[in-house]
Amino acid sequence: MTEQAPLNSLYQQLILEHYRHPKNKSDLPDKTVEVRMHNPVCGDEIQLQLKVEGDEIKSAHFAGQGCSISQASVSMMTSLLVGRKLADADALAARFTELMHGNASAASDKALGDLRALQGVAKFPVRIKCALLGFDALLEALKQSGHSGHGKIP
Amino acid sequence: MSPGSLAVSPSKVAPSALDAAVLRRDFPILDQMVNGHSLAYLDNAATTQKPLPVLAALESYYRHDNANVHRGIHELSRRATVAYEEARIRIARFIGAPHASELIFTRGTTEGINLMAWSWGLEFLKEGDEIILTAMEHHSNVVPWQLVARRTGAKLRWLEIDSEGRLAIDVLPKLLSKRTKLVTFTHVSNVLGTVNPVADIVRTVKQGSDAIVLIDGAQAVPHLPVDVAALGCDAYAFSGHKMCGPTGIGALWARKSLLESMPPFHGGGEMIRVVEREGSTWADLPHKFEAGTPDISGAIGLGAAVDYLTQVGMPAIAHHEKELLAYALGRLAEVKGFRPLGPSDLSQRSGVISFTLGDAHPHDISTILDSEGVAVRAGHHCAQLIMRCYGLPATTRASFYFYNTTQDVDRLVAGLHVVRGIFG
Ligand SMILES: Cc1ncc(COP(=O)(O)O)c(C=O)c1O
Repeated sequence: MTEQAPLNSLYQQLILEHYRHPKNKSDLPDKTVEVRMHNPVCGDEIQLQLKVEGDEIKSAHFAGQGCSISQASVSMMTSLLVGRKLADADALAARFTELMHGNASAASDKALGDLRALQGVAKFPVRIKCALLGFDALLEALKQSGHSGHGKIP
Repeated sequence: MSPGSLAVSPSKVAPSALDAAVLRRDFPILDQMVNGHSLAYLDNAATTQKPLPVLAALESYYRHDNANVHRGIHELSRRATVAYEEARIRIARFIGAPHASELIFTRGTTEGINLMAWSWGLEFLKEGDEIILTAMEHHSNVVPWQLVARRTGAKLRWLEIDSEGRLAIDVLPKLLSKRTKLVTFTHVSNVLGTVNPVADIVRTVKQGSDAIVLIDGAQAVPHLPVDVAALGCDAYAFSGHKMCGPTGIGALWARKSLLESMPPFHGGGEMIRVVEREGSTWADLPHKFEAGTPDISGAIGLGAAVDYLTQVGMPAIAHHEKELLAYALGRLAEVKGFRPLGPSDLSQRSGVISFTLGDAHPHDISTILDSEGVAVRAGHHCAQLIMRCYGLPATTRASFYFYNTTQDVDRLVAGLHVVRGIFG
């Protein structure tokens, strides 16, 4: 017998809000990098488009389809990326990954913004992949934009 | 007939003598709490649960009779060999195979189809030959043919499906020609539930070509009485784990003359007659296609599963699932936004319901149902070609077996109301 994971902690209003009305879900004509990520298990798919100038993200948009968790996560993520340095974006991905692994201090880290609403996903292990789909795309986009050494502590 | 039974018109008597509530006692796994609720297992198209007699057969084999087959002169080897070969006979009989030696043990449907692709396909397909398959196929009846077509230069041609998920059979005669070497399709769709009219299709194929017909029976053998001889096909593959048997075992049936014309699939022990440095000669059927130590316990377990299903009765199983399907479709229609895929004519479908629900994503639906103790599958169900036909990335699928009850359906309906509560 397994314990019931709290459903209402998973489906926060903020998540449903981003799912129904995603932010930055449109084509970015002057993108400098585009990454397509696909979860073969469930068919979720996103294309992340960034406009990077120097080492700064000027804009972040996405397209694709998927469950509320993957869509909300990438919508929230793109909102947080604008104006960030590539290294900051990398740090954001690392912090969010900690949140997904149940790190309590990450859950109260204001730097994560709306993404904190996704903390309930940590209790649903099969859904963590959904929440990380956008960040997987981000890490690949950072690499393609010339940022190396992500996830490494200097 | 006894005088007393005259009062009852036979047509009014349901063939179902099946009491799911009683049969469930043979499946201890069903009696458990999941996420604080009693389990409603509705993922039977993925795999079914195993009844006590199957578990007992596996344990008894390892406890008392375990030895390698066809190799030892000693008593345990004799017993293991007899049990293994008797399982083959019972499984062959279960699907109406004329000879037990035509039944090859495999790991499952996927391996059976691959055996046909790599043995028959590589040997007989030439550049310009055509393979007809359908938009309804599971990936396991698509990818092997793509691989073999690339090797041989054969072409794939596709039979489409209509908006209700039925094969466009009237187009088939136009697809057939002298170049058609193989027609292959699923007996029952794992996504749409469509039961294809196999015998009719085989007749059409044989009238319009010299092609052989291979059937994917993964979703049929567990749920309907199947008689391969009556269907008229040349080969038929299925999986044990979807019919109360263990994972890792299944079978390919094919006509003797066809199997004899094919080269071995794998080489190794068991499948040879004489090995010399220059080459070897092959063992007789079925051993020519069973290289190496087989899944002996799996075969014995599948034999026990077939005995169990025979005892319950395949007509009764089909009937029970049909009633459950009708009940489920009726109740699910109450849920706002529920839209099922597949044929509306229930006589053309089995107990599989793939659906969408408003703008709730299947992945979310399945998480919410899981938290209510209801197990279903979400995704493309290894049938991305179907998903593409309907422009859907994924669906949610509930699939029944004979041990499911109307309570399980009620739990599904209640769970979907919870989904609506969250997703509106
Ligand atoms: C229609 C159909 N064909 C083939 C398969 C493959 O079966 P297996 O994975 O047991 O080889 C399945 C099951 O997933 C199926 O539903």
